[in-house]
Formats: sequence, C-alpha cells, structure tokens
Amino acid sequence: MSILVYIDHFQGVGKPVSWEIMGKARELANELAAPLVGFAVGQHLDGLAADAIAFGADRVLVADGPAFAQFRAAAYTAALKAAIAAAGPRIILAPATAGVRDVTALAACELGIGLAPDCQGLALDGAGNLLADRPIFSGNIITTVTFRGQPQMATVRPRSFPLPARAEARSGEIVPLEVVLDARATQEEILAFETTQTGEISVENANIIVSGGRGVKGPEGFAPLRELAKTLGAAVGASRAAVDAGWIPYPHQVGQTGKSVRPDLYIACGISGAIQHLAGMSNSKVIVAINKDQDAPIFGVAQYGIVGDLFEIVPALNAAFQARLGR
Amino acid sequence: MKYIVCVKLTPDTEQLVEVRPEDVGSGDLGVTMVLNPWDEFAVEEALQLQERVEGEVVAITLGNEDSVEALKRAVAMGVESAVLLSDPAFDGSDAWGAAAILAEAIKQQGDYGLILTGRQSVDGNSGLVGPAIAAKLGLPYVSQVAKVVDLTEEAITVRRALDEGVQTVRVPLPAVISVSKEINEPRYPNFMGIKKAARMKYPAVGADDLPGLDRGQIGAGPALVEWTNLRKPPARKSKCQFIAGATAAEKAAALVDKLIAEKVV
Repeated sequence: MSILVYIDHFQGVGKPVSWEIMGKARELANELAAPLVGFAVGQHLDGLAADAIAFGADRVLVADGPAFAQFRAAAYTAALKAAIAAAGPRIILAPATAGVRDVTALAACELGIGLAPDCQGLALDGAGNLLADRPIFSGNIITTVTFRGQPQMATVRPRSFPLPARAEARSGEIVPLEVVLDARATQEEILAFETTQTGEISVENANIIVSGGRGVKGPEGFAPLRELAKTLGAAVGASRAAVDAGWIPYPHQVGQTGKSVRPDLYIACGISGAIQHLAGMSNSKVIVAINKDQDAPIFGVAQYGIVGDLFEIVPALNAAFQARLGR
Repeated sequence: MKYIVCVKLTPDTEQLVEVRPEDVGSGDLGVTMVLNPWDEFAVEEALQLQERVEGEVVAITLGNEDSVEALKRAVAMGVESAVLLSDPAFDGSDAWGAAAILAEAIKQQGDYGLILTGRQSVDGNSGLVGPAIAAKLGLPYVSQVAKVVDLTEEAITVRRALDEGVQTVRVPLPAVISVSKEINEPRYPNFMGIKKAARMKYPAVGADDLPGLDRGQIGAGPALVEWTNLRKPPARKSKCQFIAGATAAEKAAALVDKLIAEKVV
C-alpha cells in the first residue's frame, strides 16, 4: 500500500510546498517500505512529473488535458478519486493551498476518508498509522489527529518541512491517469482568470516577511517596506487594519482572518500586535518589532525591538542591509 | 428559493488564548461564546443577495443549546428563520457527520437555492463542513468567494480567490459557497432585530426529527478522526531585546548584526 502525494502547481510549475511534502513523504515511505506515488492534475505536466521523480516519487499519476486547464473543484476531485483508486494508498498527503483544500475535502467526504486539514507535523505510530499535528483554536492549542480506518489523509501547510534536494539521477514511472468526467463534474464554467502574480513572493511561501500595520498610515507608507523587502528578497505582509483601510490587497494580510505564515524572519512595522495578528505569525522563527509605542503587545513576542519611527528606522535598516549584504 | 446559512457558536476571539486544552470537548470552555466571525460575512451576504433574488434566509446551527446565541445574532441582523440542531446523539461527530446532519436538515427545509458558510470556524479551523455539505447533497462547491457578480434562480457567478489570482466562475443552483472577508461588511443588529431575536422560539431539532438521517454516520463512534494530546504550543522563549543607539542608523546597524548572527538573513 502506497503513500500518495498531491502535487499542487501553477501552470505546470510545482509549488514549493508540494516538494516539501514530497520530501517528508519520502521519509515516511522509507519507514513503511511503501511505494511513493505522486499525483498531478492540470495541463502540460511533463516537466512537473519529471520534477516529482527528482524530488522522490517512485511513480507519478498524471491527469493531463484541456478539461483540467483551469482549476475546477468537481473535475479535480474526480481526478483525485481516480488517483486514489489507481494507487490504493494507505496515506494521502496534499498541500493546504487554495483549491486543493476544496478538492481534498470533497474527495475525502465522498469516499469516507478521515482528513486532518492544515497540518504542520506528520509522524507514524508503531502500527504505521498517520499522526498529524495541527493548530486549532486559531493556533492557541495544538492537537495530534489520529485516524480510524484507512486511507488516512492530511493537508499540510507551506514551510512545515524543509525543501528536499533534487536527485536528477532518480528514475520512476510516469503514468497517464484516465478520468471519467460526468455532467456533475463539468458544471463549473470558468469565465475569467486574472492573475495577481506580479513576481511578488507570497507571504505563505516566504523566508522573510516585512509587514506593515496601522502605523504605516497609508498606501504610500508601504513604499519603504517594499524597498526593504526587495533588498532582503522578502514578501510584504500586512495587518488587518492596513488591509481593511484599503492600503494593500487582502492576499498580503497575515493573521486570524488572513494567512498563517512561518518565515525565518518576521519584521513587524507599525503593528501593535493584536491577538488576531499574532495568531497568523507567532510561528515565525525570529520576530523583530518596530513601533513608536514601547508598550505595544508586539514587543511581548518579538526577540528584537526598536522603539522609534518606522519611517526613520525602515530606510535605515534597508541601507544597513544593503551595505552588509553588498546589495 | 431559500438561502441557507450554516452558522456556529465559537469563542470570542479575544479569549481564545484563555481556552484550556483540558476543557476542549467538555461542553464548557469557560469563555464568552459568539457567532463565529467568519459566519457573519455569510449571513450578511445572504441578506444582501435576498434583495437581488427574492428568497427566505434561514440560519441553521448544529451544537448544544447555547448555540441559540449564534442564531439570535443572525436573526437580529435580519434573518427570517432559524433552526437549532441539538441532540446528544450528534455530539462527537466529525466534519463528515456534522455535514450529514446539516444536509438532512437542509433537505427538510426544501427549496434551497444557495447554501452559504463562512470560511472556517475560529475554534475548529478546518473549513471542512462547507465542502462536506456540498458532497452530501451532490452540489457544486465554490470557496473563497470575494464577490457575487450575478445571481439568478438558475445560476450564480462569483469571483473567488485562488493562490495565483482571481477566478470568475459560474455554477448552476442549487450550490454551496463559502465566503471570504473581502465580500462585504457585516451589519450591526439594530434594536428591532434584537427584540425580534429575543422573542423568537428556537426548538431543538434532534435525530428523531430527521428521519432521513443515517445514524451510522453521526456521533463519536463513526468519526474517522480524533483530536488527541491537546496542548498549548511551546512558549516563545524570547524576552525582547530592545536595540539601543543614538541614531536610526546606529540602531539599524546593531539590529542587522544580530540578524546576521541569527542566520535568518
């Protein structure tokens, strides 16, 4: 019985979280002496399938065709169910990304498979059952999810595991997957898709985030943060206050009603540190806070703090990093 | 047609940090409970859509008797009808069990055109019940809806967020959608609404009232997942080091040194 890994991608380019999960799945597969099978659905996926083998898959099942060119939950769910039927997995792992969250939920419910969503840790018990750690109560409590029966499914957050190394010498099998799409599976009509990819790194995938809150005072206030982010190769984040005020779009929002992030470094500029914001970033490895108010709650979670005007400090930081990093 | 909004009573987000792991599942968390904030957007959207395509808005909740408070908030906002699903036989259900119960109640309502949920609950954080209801009823499911572009009795067209962009998608009704916070600004209840909510009756609907419900799907027995080893996350070890310096440039330089030493840059 295999381990099946859902490979999420955009236009044939694998998302880093897919490979992070593949790396962990490779470890689990070795522990269980089970084959590791990748699954991908979309269009023009030859390169993606080859990447999957380089990252550890023994076999890759591919649902490739015009019917899958755009994300459609019902069609992608049919493809995942076909992959599960073909691979007979004991464990199924998938990225907790938009779209895939829907597909895994629909497939697991229809097939009667236990699903632990949005996990950040995976292990096996003595009998080879999955143990999945996940945050609940908005990150205030952690639980280990255990499963009844098989297969056992979990979706996994970005940056829960390290990116594995590619092994170009690895070989594996790439198998086209037959998917029958009935009328119900083709009810979604895609009328348009507008990409928001401007080459920006998204906060959930970022190593470093420079984040702005109410103290940024307006859309122009994000300019020095963007400069610093550029120097550091970082993503730009925001608190709910900044997003609700219309200063920066919602995909940048970090927090309970935004995204959960796990960077190595989180620089919070003009962010007070409300509980709801902390819920989204308290897993950061190192937190730096820059705020005029020395009593701001954010200093309660930060390792390093500067009490001062972010409009002086952030440009000074940018200059100092440029000098030290030679950028 | 009917707009069915599935809502949940959850801890006040300011008090989530006070919930003790050992109290989870006990039925009393010892904190103030409110309508799940994500669900407010779903209630508001149903009320706004009702002005575009006529229909009754029904709020449904599954929980203990206290869950009435979630329904009262929805009614106070303007929702016409409310259903409380409460029965010890329902307790301990996993997301698929909860969806089976809600789906049966929705079928009993009949004439459902659009089923709306919030993105997730602030306590369970799973976001699984919405798609599971769609699976149980065999309906299309669209998540992360940021805007309803068009609505008729036959179909709904929405803009929904994916990681890389925004998709405009149309599905036939009936359908299930979950809404994101971008979609609207939930209204505050007015005095008339609060009075109406207080006067309304909310009889508990139990397993015996849902004859079509497969008892083999509900309760803790059939649950496919279980929460074990509930614990607080490891405390952040830090006490904040405040960086000193006479000028912004000095402070910046000192901080950069520290961050390079931490190897996070």
